[in-house]
Amino acid sequence: MMTGQTGTPEIVARDVCKSFGSHLVLDKVNLTADEGTILALLGPNGAGKTTIVRILSTLIPADSGSMHIADRDVVTNPDGVRAVIGVTGQFSAVDNLLTGAENLRLMADLRHLGREAGQRRVAELLEQFDLTDAAEKLLSTYSGGMRRRLDLAMTLVGEPRVIFLDEPTNGLDPRSRLTMWQIVRELVSAGVTILLTTQNLDEADQLANRIAVLDRGRIVAEGTPAELKSRIPGGHVRLHFAGPDLLRSAAELLPAAAPDEDQLALQVPADGTGDSLRELLDELHEARIAVERLSIHTPDLDDVFLAVTGSHVTGSLVTGRPDEDLAPQGAAQR
Amino acid sequence: MTTLAYTLSDSRVMLRRNLKHQLRYPSMTVMLVGLPIVLLLLFVYVFGGQLGAGLGAHEGRSAYLDYVVPGLLLITLASVVQGTSIMVAMDMTGGIIDRFRTMAIARASVLTGHVLGSLIQTLAGIGILIGVALGIGFHSSAGPLHWFAAIGILALFAVALIWLAVALGLAAKSVETASNTPMILLLLLFLSSGFVQTQTMPGGLRQFAEYQPFTPVADTVRGLLTNAAVGDHAIAAIAWSIGIAVVAYLWAIHLYNTRRAAEPN
Repeated sequence: MMTGQTGTPEIVARDVCKSFGSHLVLDKVNLTADEGTILALLGPNGAGKTTIVRILSTLIPADSGSMHIADRDVVTNPDGVRAVIGVTGQFSAVDNLLTGAENLRLMADLRHLGREAGQRRVAELLEQFDLTDAAEKLLSTYSGGMRRRLDLAMTLVGEPRVIFLDEPTNGLDPRSRLTMWQIVRELVSAGVTILLTTQNLDEADQLANRIAVLDRGRIVAEGTPAELKSRIPGGHVRLHFAGPDLLRSAAELLPAAAPDEDQLALQVPADGTGDSLRELLDELHEARIAVERLSIHTPDLDDVFLAVTGSHVTGSLVTGRPDEDLAPQGAAQR
Repeated sequence: MTTLAYTLSDSRVMLRRNLKHQLRYPSMTVMLVGLPIVLLLLFVYVFGGQLGAGLGAHEGRSAYLDYVVPGLLLITLASVVQGTSIMVAMDMTGGIIDRFRTMAIARASVLTGHVLGSLIQTLAGIGILIGVALGIGFHSSAGPLHWFAAIGILALFAVALIWLAVALGLAAKSVETASNTPMILLLLLFLSSGFVQTQTMPGGLRQFAEYQPFTPVADTVRGLLTNAAVGDHAIAAIAWSIGIAVVAYLWAIHLYNTRRAAEPN
């Protein structure tokens, strides 16, 4: 297994375009993942996540653009790429008429590991994925979570340097999801590079070193989870008042804030620092407006996701070229 | 290892997978190999008395048994390749084919595994059918060489039909379609000399029957097993087999390289 020279890009995609018929699915997509890191590709259904995974894993050709996996060209050297990658797709890629151990054995044979090394690797993976007890059972008796674990174990038989995981926890129960996350973390700490697609913001936040947000075939934001969150102006302080009069006075004092008459609350944009908070409270104190209680909300990836994929978007988040759909409006002024 | 060694190794692994599938899916294997036996008994004991009456010199049920065995050996082929189509379509519509495609393995080994597995299944089916036929009184004057030649002709034709079934399985959009299209082979077989002599058929149909691939194969096998002259039939049978095999092989490889498993999104 590779050990971490971080900084070397293992997955590089430049200006990748793909159309199905007249439908443009990927529009000049750029992606980079350094060795030993996780790049999460975040986006709604139909954004093109699976398509980019299928292109990078040599399943379908791109219309244009250049792609390299571990310095091997996806277009001119697909077998070179196949030798170093592992792919776990959305649909389980297991053989239902074989047992768990036979499935792994099949992979070991196709990776030409040899009898002894193959058997050792199979036993190791059964143990690691907690499938030893079910090893001799047919796949038809496996639960969804076991099936997904076996699927990933099959991907790992050849000890790939680069792994593509297309929505690996989709449809898993919370416990299986945590197990999967743990496995992914272990892989990365061993130096493997992972491209993970997900619709789950929490998953991207938990696992990824960098996140690229894909929307309708374009990368609309890219950065570390912290960077993305800091760029979104979704942070606010929520002030609660004892009565409607106080709320009204406070709203007059703070014109940028959004009052909520039903809850007797006022939502004030704020970055959450101590100084800004003190300033805000001082201002209210001088105007003799008593605040019953307050809560601070820092932006999470939900805000980022909605901001960059929905219509409420700020200009600052947009990477690359400007776009009419992403014109500054809404969220920034709120 | 060399490229050739990898190709052989990958094909062997895929063959083993295919044979395991046959064992794990016994209902299909039993059905596909059992159908010809049921038909053999049906044709001999139900229809045989009457059909045998029309055979000329040596009349009767036992004469019809001797006549019809090559037809049922061909039923075995047509029946097994139906399973081939189903297995290929199951692979292509499932997720596993994408896994194979993203691995550095010999591309065609997935298909050669199916072809070799089906060929073994065919030979087993032929063996079982001949055993049952001998058991109920099938009589052959053929020596070992003729038997060997007859089985060789059947195996060659089987390879052609198997590649055709692989292509049909690849072309099918669903497993259901894949299980239906090879039925046409059974129909073709009934419109050949497999069960009745072609000269008993009406004009147009007779011509069709005489110029379609099942007839020369049935006639050649029948000739070899009854120690009669096979002549042009054998040449036609071999030509048909090679022709169908080449075309079906090229079609299958083309489909395999261009067709993708079901596109998500």
